[in-house]
Amino acid sequence: MIVGSLLLAATACLLFSGVTGSVSVGLAELPDAVAQVLHGRQDTLAASLLALRGGRALTAFVTGGALALAGVMMQALLRNPLADPYVLGISAGASVGALFALLMMAAAVVVDGAALAGAVAVSMLLYGLARRDIRGGVAAEGGTSTLLLTGVILMSACMALVTLMLSIAPEGSLRNMVFWMIGDLAGTPLRVLPWLVLAGGLVYALRSARAMNVLALHADSARTLGIEVGRLRKGLFFVSGVLTASAVTNAGSIGFVGLIVPHACRFAFGPDHRVLIPSAVLLGGSFLVLCDTLARTVIAPTQLPVGAITALIGAPVFLYQLHQLRK
Amino acid sequence: MITTQGLTLQVAGRTLVRELDLTIAEGECWSIIGRNGAGKSTLLRTLAGLRGADQGAVRLEGKLLPDWPLEELARKRAYLAQSRTDAFAYSAIDTVLSARHPYHANRYWEDSDDHQAALHALAAMEVEHLARRDVRTLSGGERQRVAIAALLAQDTPLLLLDEPANALDLAHQVSVTGLLARLCRRERKTVVMIGHDLNLAHSISTHALLLRGDGGWLAGPVAQVMQPALLGDYLGHPIEMIEHGGRRIFIPFEEHHERHDA
Repeated sequence: MIVGSLLLAATACLLFSGVTGSVSVGLAELPDAVAQVLHGRQDTLAASLLALRGGRALTAFVTGGALALAGVMMQALLRNPLADPYVLGISAGASVGALFALLMMAAAVVVDGAALAGAVAVSMLLYGLARRDIRGGVAAEGGTSTLLLTGVILMSACMALVTLMLSIAPEGSLRNMVFWMIGDLAGTPLRVLPWLVLAGGLVYALRSARAMNVLALHADSARTLGIEVGRLRKGLFFVSGVLTASAVTNAGSIGFVGLIVPHACRFAFGPDHRVLIPSAVLLGGSFLVLCDTLARTVIAPTQLPVGAITALIGAPVFLYQLHQLRK
Repeated sequence: MITTQGLTLQVAGRTLVRELDLTIAEGECWSIIGRNGAGKSTLLRTLAGLRGADQGAVRLEGKLLPDWPLEELARKRAYLAQSRTDAFAYSAIDTVLSARHPYHANRYWEDSDDHQAALHALAAMEVEHLARRDVRTLSGGERQRVAIAALLAQDTPLLLLDEPANALDLAHQVSVTGLLARLCRRERKTVVMIGHDLNLAHSISTHALLLRGDGGWLAGPVAQVMQPALLGDYLGHPIEMIEHGGRRIFIPFEEHHERHDA
């Protein structure tokens, strides 16, 4: 039920994003334009606009969905509702890679590759340092504090490198670098790989949803309920890492989606991961599509970085929800 | 049911339990007694399979503990941790339903059987009215009873409980431990628990295991093991025993007692 209605909402968001922009597409032209795009033709202006914006909206959707899913998994892994996909420094690693490439005036493809390399490097380092913690050693009672601390420290180190690079960057590349840092969907081509990553991550998450509930509830004692805690933690770490790396490589480090969307879904539908996972993916995708539509329409034709919009909308919504809960 | 052979437990280089040979049979109710840090929880975690043995072996129904597939093991023994942290807003019934995990291996949602078992367990712990409450808003004692309800819903022949009476009020201490004793007597379940209340332990246990914390241990039927002199030795404080209405009551000896009276 919940998932069905969110699916409808997501489709509506994608279409809404397609028709809105500096030049809007009339509702009357819409069915014809959709049909043309689906048949791979773009004969009218409406159709080409729709294809252009639709592609961007789809990229936004896959990025938002991946970030929200990674957020849910990271929160379950660390048993901490304040965790987000960036808390362990994977995105900071990507930033170091991407900014270095931008500093070298590299091509877009190289920037994406460098971002991915940075994310992978930090994940490997993190796994090497906190291996025992991730496996949930039978001796370790409480937990994941080593993992969390190691991640936070790695993130600080990466952010220091980022600051250094920003301070020595020439004026010309500074604007690109800042936009990359905030997260921006302009100029991101529609790719297949992020969809495969999201689909793979979703399948893994849904299959582990019940075990994630037990882990979230019982921590290490989940083992006495038949959960291979070490394997589950490792799986969550890697899958959320790949999702984060994919999202960040695609669109820069867009903040807030990975933290706020899982939260909003938990407030609305409860903490059961079997509902939480699909709804977070759909809501995360829709949220980023709407934010991106706003980012390119608010002061059109100037385009704002979407990362600023997510935080601007996210922060008050989040505070409102928190306040409601306290009452 | 569960046996140990030459089981040695070490924590931070210190030997807490040395070469423990224990045979716990079906329908027995064991209390583990000892001072803080004597290795009670470490032993219970080892029996639960959460921790490996430093030396020796633990067998459940004759099969070495590490050889059991985890899900199968989860249908054999349940474990109550000493403390828990609730990070998310799960409801009490969710907590209890999660204990049914080992019974619905490949299904996405729980069955009505599982709901039945969960509600039954909540009722047995007198917390059915809290079923929909967020576990983070429960009091310590209520949360403890919900945790024990989850243990009951897991429906295993062996129950391992680390301080089940923790945070419970007097009435619930008596009713919860009484329920555990009934499970042993009537349903032939096996209970191993840790507790600091000697009188409660004495009234419901069939057997006791004393741990001194330096490797020394003493195991046997309650009548043999729970003697004032032995308890005093293992707990490091003299214990007096008085008979009251056919019951044995243990009280800590107070050194300045007589002088105070005079």
